[in-house]
Amino acid sequence: MIHKHDEVIVGAGGAGLMAALNLSTHGRVGVISKLYPTRSHTGTAQGGIGAALGNHEEDHWEWHVFDTVKGSDYLADQDAVEILCREAIETVYELEHWGLPFSRTEEGRIAQRPFGGHTKEFGKGPVRRSCYAADRTGHMILQTLYQQGIKNQVHFFNEYHLLDVLITDGRCAGVVALCLATGEIHTFHAKAVLDATGGCGRMFRVTSNAHSLTGDGMAVALRAGVPLEDMEFFQFHPTGIYKMGILLSEAARGEGAILRNRAGERFMERYAPTLLDLAPRAMYREMREGRGIDGKNYLHLDLTHLGAEVLDKKLPDITEFVRTHLGIEPKKEMIPIQPTAHYAMGGIPTDTDGCVISDEKNTPVAGYYAAGECACVSVHGANRLGTNSLVDILVFGRRGARHAAKFVKENDWAPLPAKPDERAREQVSRVMAASGKERAASIRDALQDEMMEKASVFREAKSLVAMRETLGELRERYRQVKIDDRGTKYNTELLEVIELGNLLDLAEVLVESALVRQESRGAHSREDFPKRDDINWLKHTLAYRTPKGVEFRYKPVTITKFQPMERKY
Amino acid sequence: MKVTLKIKRFNPEKDAAAWWGEYPIEAEPTDRLLDALNHVKWYIDGSLTYRRSCAHGICGSDAMLINGANALACKVLLKNLGSRITIEPMRGFKVIKDLLVDMEAFFEKYRKVKPYFVAHSPEPEKERLQSIEDRERFEDTTKCILCGACTTSCPSFWANEDYVGPAAIVNAHRFIFDSRDESREERPSILGTADGVWRCRTIFNCVEACPRGINITRAIGEVKKALLYRKF
Repeated sequence: MIHKHDEVIVGAGGAGLMAALNLSTHGRVGVISKLYPTRSHTGTAQGGIGAALGNHEEDHWEWHVFDTVKGSDYLADQDAVEILCREAIETVYELEHWGLPFSRTEEGRIAQRPFGGHTKEFGKGPVRRSCYAADRTGHMILQTLYQQGIKNQVHFFNEYHLLDVLITDGRCAGVVALCLATGEIHTFHAKAVLDATGGCGRMFRVTSNAHSLTGDGMAVALRAGVPLEDMEFFQFHPTGIYKMGILLSEAARGEGAILRNRAGERFMERYAPTLLDLAPRAMYREMREGRGIDGKNYLHLDLTHLGAEVLDKKLPDITEFVRTHLGIEPKKEMIPIQPTAHYAMGGIPTDTDGCVISDEKNTPVAGYYAAGECACVSVHGANRLGTNSLVDILVFGRRGARHAAKFVKENDWAPLPAKPDERAREQVSRVMAASGKERAASIRDALQDEMMEKASVFREAKSLVAMRETLGELRERYRQVKIDDRGTKYNTELLEVIELGNLLDLAEVLVESALVRQESRGAHSREDFPKRDDINWLKHTLAYRTPKGVEFRYKPVTITKFQPMERKY
Repeated sequence: MKVTLKIKRFNPEKDAAAWWGEYPIEAEPTDRLLDALNHVKWYIDGSLTYRRSCAHGICGSDAMLINGANALACKVLLKNLGSRITIEPMRGFKVIKDLLVDMEAFFEKYRKVKPYFVAHSPEPEKERLQSIEDRERFEDTTKCILCGACTTSCPSFWANEDYVGPAAIVNAHRFIFDSRDESREERPSILGTADGVWRCRTIFNCVEACPRGINITRAIGEVKKALLYRKF
C-alpha cells in the first residue's frame, strides 16, 4: 500500500508531536508511530525543562548557553546552543498556552527548581531554571502535545514500525513501515520526512530507556548511507534503581538528595560537589575500590532528610517507584542505585533547522529532517546537561517542522524508486523465514551484558577491541536466529528481531567511534587516554557504514563565545 | 521461586476460541509480572503477544487482568501474586491477540470529551497566571496515563459499552477544573447525556484499578456536582 502525504513524521514523542503541531496547518501530515503516542518515552522525563524565565531569581539565556557548552565538554556547536537556550523560553510559554499544568510559584508563575549544572553568572552558583510539573514534567509535555494533536486533528498511524527511509541522490522520497496490526508493509510517499524516533539505550543491560528504544530511525538512516554523528558519547545517569535502571531524576538532588557509599560518606564531595554528570565515574571508582554497599555494585541515594512535604509534593512519582519496585519507604530508608544508560548524545547529523546532513561540509539530504534524541544538532556535545533533552525535542522539533513546511511549498514529491519497499520486504521475509536455533533474546542479553561491561562508563582500547569481536560473533548468531511466530497480525516477535538488528548495527558504530577517539571527553571516558585532547579531538565524529566496515570523517565544532576550558565543578 | 503463569491465549490466525496456556518458570520474588511475561516470550514461546514499553508504570501499555484484577504488569511484583498467576486481557475490549486488545474504542471515547485545553482570550506575552491552590484543584486527574484499567474494571461499562467510562471523565475533569480553561459549554453537553457521568454508580472498581492512584470516583462525583449546579 502506498500513502501520499506532504510531510511524514516518524515517532510521536515530544519531538514528533511538536513537529506535527507545527505542520498540521501547512499541509497533509501523517504521523507514524511504533506505539500509541501517549506511550512514548518523553512521558517518563521527570525533572523539568530548562529555560531562563527568571521566575524566582535573575537569569539569562546566555547563562544557560554557558552551562550547556561547559556541560558538553565544549563539543556542542555553540550557534545551535544559542538557538536552544534562547528559544527555550518562548517554547515553555507556548506549552503553558497550550494548557500544560506546570507547578506554580506563590505569584502564580511557572515554578522552577535548581538542577545539576545550571548556574548563574557563568558558573557562579546554582540557579532555579528547570521549569517543572512535580516530577512528571515529561508526562505533562507528552499529554499536552497529544491533546493539542487531537484538537488539531493530526492524522496518526499508530503501531507502525519504521523499516526503511528512501533516499536517492541526496533526496528523500519517503519511508517504508510495517503495520503491526496487519503485518502489511506500507510505503509513505512524502515531500519531506521528519525522523523523531528517539534513542537506543536498549543496547545496554542497565538502562532507563523503554523496551522500545532500539534506535530504529538511526539504524535505518545509517543503512541508507547517512552517517551517524558522535555515537561514542552515551550518557549514564548516576541514579538508576539498582538492577532495574529505572531513573530517579536529578530533581531529587536538586531538592537536596545525597549520594552515599557503604560508610555513609557523601563521597561526591571528593570528586565534584556540584555536578551530578561526573557522578557515574565517581560511583564506579567508589564501587571498584570496595566502597559499594556490602561491597557490591551499588550505592545509596539518601532522601530521608528531605521531609514528607518535599517527597509528597515535589517528588511523588520517584518515591512511588521506590515503594513499588523495591518495597522501600524513601522517607525512612536509603535507596540502592547504580548508573543507568540514559541518553544518546549522538545521532543523525542535522543543521540548526533540523535538515539531515550527509558530510562534514553540511551537505543536506533534501527533504529529510531529524529531531530529538535520534538527531545530533549538536546541542549536547559530549555530555547533555540535565533538562536539555526536553528543550531539544521541542525547539528542534519545531524548527525542523517550520523548515519542512517551507520546503514542501517549494518542492514537489521526489519520484519513488521502482520498488520502494523491496529492501524492507527482504528484511521482513528473511526474519519470517528464519530457521536457525538462536533466540533473539539470548543474543540481546549477550549484547546488553557485554556492552555494559566493555563499552559503558569506562572504556579502553582492550575492552573496545574485545567488544568488536563480540559484536562479530553476535552478528553471526543473529544470522542464525529462530522465530516461533509465523503469523502476520501483531507479530511482536518479528518486531523484536528487527529491533535487535538495529541495536547490533548501532552498537558497532558506537564501539568503533569510541575506539578511534583517543581522548576522554564528557561521557566518553577512555582509561588509556584519560585527558581531553582539544588539539586532536575537538571535532565531531561522522561514522559511515560501508562494505569495508565503519569509516570516519570529522566535522569541526562551531565555537562562538566560549573557548574550551578545563571543566571543573 | 517457582511460579506458574496461566495465560489466556488467542491467536486470530490459528485459534477458533481462546485457550489457557500454562508456563512454569523460575523467577525472583521481586521480579515484576512483566519480567515473567518477557521470560515466557523470550525463552519459551515467542508468539506470546502483549504491549509493553517503559516497564515502570508511566507509559500505560501493559494494563491487563491479573488474578482477576486490572493492573499494569510492570507495576506488580511476583511476590504479591502467589505461585499460580492468572493473566487475561482487559475485559470489555475486543481481544486481538493474547493479551493485546483493541484500544481504538477507548481512545474514541477519550477524544469525545474534548480532552484538550481551550482558551479564547488572547495569549499573554508570558505565562497565564494560576495560583498554587487553583493548580492543585485538578492535580489528581493530570496523572492519567490512558492505560484503560479503570474503564475495563467498571461494571457500568461492561453493561453498556456506550458509556464514556471513567478514563474519559477523568480527562474531562482535568480541564473542567483548570481555572485557565475557557471551554464552558461543550464538555457538559457531552458528559450530561445518558451515556455520560450519570452511568457511574459509584462502585469504586476504577479507584482500585487505577495504577496512578487517582481517586476517580471522587473526580466523577465532582463532575456530576458541577453539572447539577452548572458550575463551569
